[in-house]
Amino acid sequence: MKTKWKPRHIEETIMKILMIFSFSLIIGSLGWILFTILIKGLPSLSWAMLTQTPKGGYYLGKEGGILNAIVGSLYLAAGGTILAVLIAFPTALFLSVYVNKKRWAVIVRLSLDILWGIPSIVYGAFGFLLMLAMGLRASLLGGIITLAFLEFPIMTRAMDEIIQRIPPDLPLAAYALGSTHFETALHVITRQVIPGLLTAVLLAFGRAIGDAASVLFTAGYTDHIPTSLSQPVASLPLAVFFQLATPYPEVQNRAYASALILTILVLGVSILSRWISYHLDRYSIR
Amino acid sequence: MSKVLTNNQTISNVHRNNQPITQKRNRLDKIVHNSLLAISSLPILFALAIFLALWFRAYPILQVHSFIELISGTVWKPLKGLFGFYPFIVGTGWVTLVAIIIAVPICILTTLYLSEYAGVWAQRLVKPILDLLAAIPSVVYGVWGILVIVPMVKNYAVPLFQPLGNVFPIFMSKNPTGYSILAGGLVLAVMITPFIISIAYEVLQTVPAGLRQASLALGTTRWQTIKYVVLPVSSGGIFASVVLGCSRALGETMAVLMVVGNMVQIPHSIFDSAYPLPALIANNYGEMMSIPMYDSALMTGALILMVMILILNIFSVLILRHILIEPH
Repeated sequence: MKTKWKPRHIEETIMKILMIFSFSLIIGSLGWILFTILIKGLPSLSWAMLTQTPKGGYYLGKEGGILNAIVGSLYLAAGGTILAVLIAFPTALFLSVYVNKKRWAVIVRLSLDILWGIPSIVYGAFGFLLMLAMGLRASLLGGIITLAFLEFPIMTRAMDEIIQRIPPDLPLAAYALGSTHFETALHVITRQVIPGLLTAVLLAFGRAIGDAASVLFTAGYTDHIPTSLSQPVASLPLAVFFQLATPYPEVQNRAYASALILTILVLGVSILSRWISYHLDRYSIR
Repeated sequence: MSKVLTNNQTISNVHRNNQPITQKRNRLDKIVHNSLLAISSLPILFALAIFLALWFRAYPILQVHSFIELISGTVWKPLKGLFGFYPFIVGTGWVTLVAIIIAVPICILTTLYLSEYAGVWAQRLVKPILDLLAAIPSVVYGVWGILVIVPMVKNYAVPLFQPLGNVFPIFMSKNPTGYSILAGGLVLAVMITPFIISIAYEVLQTVPAGLRQASLALGTTRWQTIKYVVLPVSSGGIFASVVLGCSRALGETMAVLMVVGNMVQIPHSIFDSAYPLPALIANNYGEMMSIPMYDSALMTGALILMVMILILNIFSVLILRHILIEPH
């Protein structure tokens, strides 16, 4: 039987075409961004860029690299992530194991949502005020503390979601055997969710590496690799930003290469976390 | 008989012997419980601390100028002590609005496609794509904006809309550089896409399948089902996802800063350059300690930004909580 084409079928076809068009537009823009960064960044990417710190006159187009920014970003993000894990994991554990669905959990989750919504520039301003109050200057420590604030809600929300997803029978079985909340949380739940926790940590780590607005105030910028927590530190996003702001085409080309390095780093972290959740999940009980 | 007795004895012995251990375990559990309770109050404290810190820092300028005066003032001359936030607030609003207008139809159509039409392959494909879009750093979006979007606006969009400019002033173009609200809005539109889609998708998944089946069984096309059943049921949640995307767009700093032109003026057209609030804060942190009241003014800017975002954020979070976590 052949369907007769009525206005509603035409409308259906038009909408479907529009939908597929929008969907491909989004895939296309991701491809476009990656393609642009790759094409512009690859020609200026060199071994020297990855292994040297800026030499004199680097920002005029002379020799050197951005090792200071690569190492600086890793220091900042790693420090911030470690600090954030220290409070994010206990908070998530308490929310989902101890007080799940009670009023306290609702309040804390709401404030986590609020913290999550605060933009990184406000975290930067807050970190700056915090450092003024503590008498710190723009330094590695300041950047780490600010990034920890930024990462904390991202990580906690992800961990909370993951812990809530475990089968409810699992903790119940542990309680039935007479174990306390703490023993259940430590020996049963934590073990079960370790792959998920790692992905949450990597998610926050990736966000921290790419964030510029918060470290702009708090970490400063320097051509050296810092040797102590009180020294200022360079970061990749700011390296991109500052190099792009110079009027010299050679330096701007290096900014594109730095953007490529940053993108590879961030996408690498994202893919690693995907891999972890895919491959380690099979050790969990379902 | 004797075996049972020994068993009983063993159990009671174990029980008696372990009494102190059980107490110890319970005490440990209590200690851990209390310390975890203390740690879990940190998010609330952090949120309060951020607000209060900004408030105290902004307080000096709020004593000299009233709040209304600050947000309606149009002149920004820090050296003369004139701090009018109006151009920045309007600039933020324009860029966000343009981004939302561009992003919303595309996001909603894509979400509908994924949830109502697409097969498993598209749903599997889209999750990593959204993750990657969300993971790309803001500075990289900015570089892409400078390399692609700004020239595109300059070379194609401006000539294309030129004829319309005489009729509709918002398409009037007096700015030949391409660093404009439209460029900022386009970059932002791509950046907020993953947030809107992933939440709107979750919202659509909560629409009961029975509703769709009932509608389809009456012989409607899929689009009619979407138009008359799915969208009316889920409109609140989709609206909330857009509001959440809006709050993300308001606070976005680096990418917008790099393409929007940063001129202190009240924009009248999408091809004018603007100076959003986050860009103001990021660009001037360097000299803010050297001019009197400047730091206070910038922190007021941060406070205004944060309050605008918080209102949108709390609004959408409350709606979404109602839909996603406590389904009826």
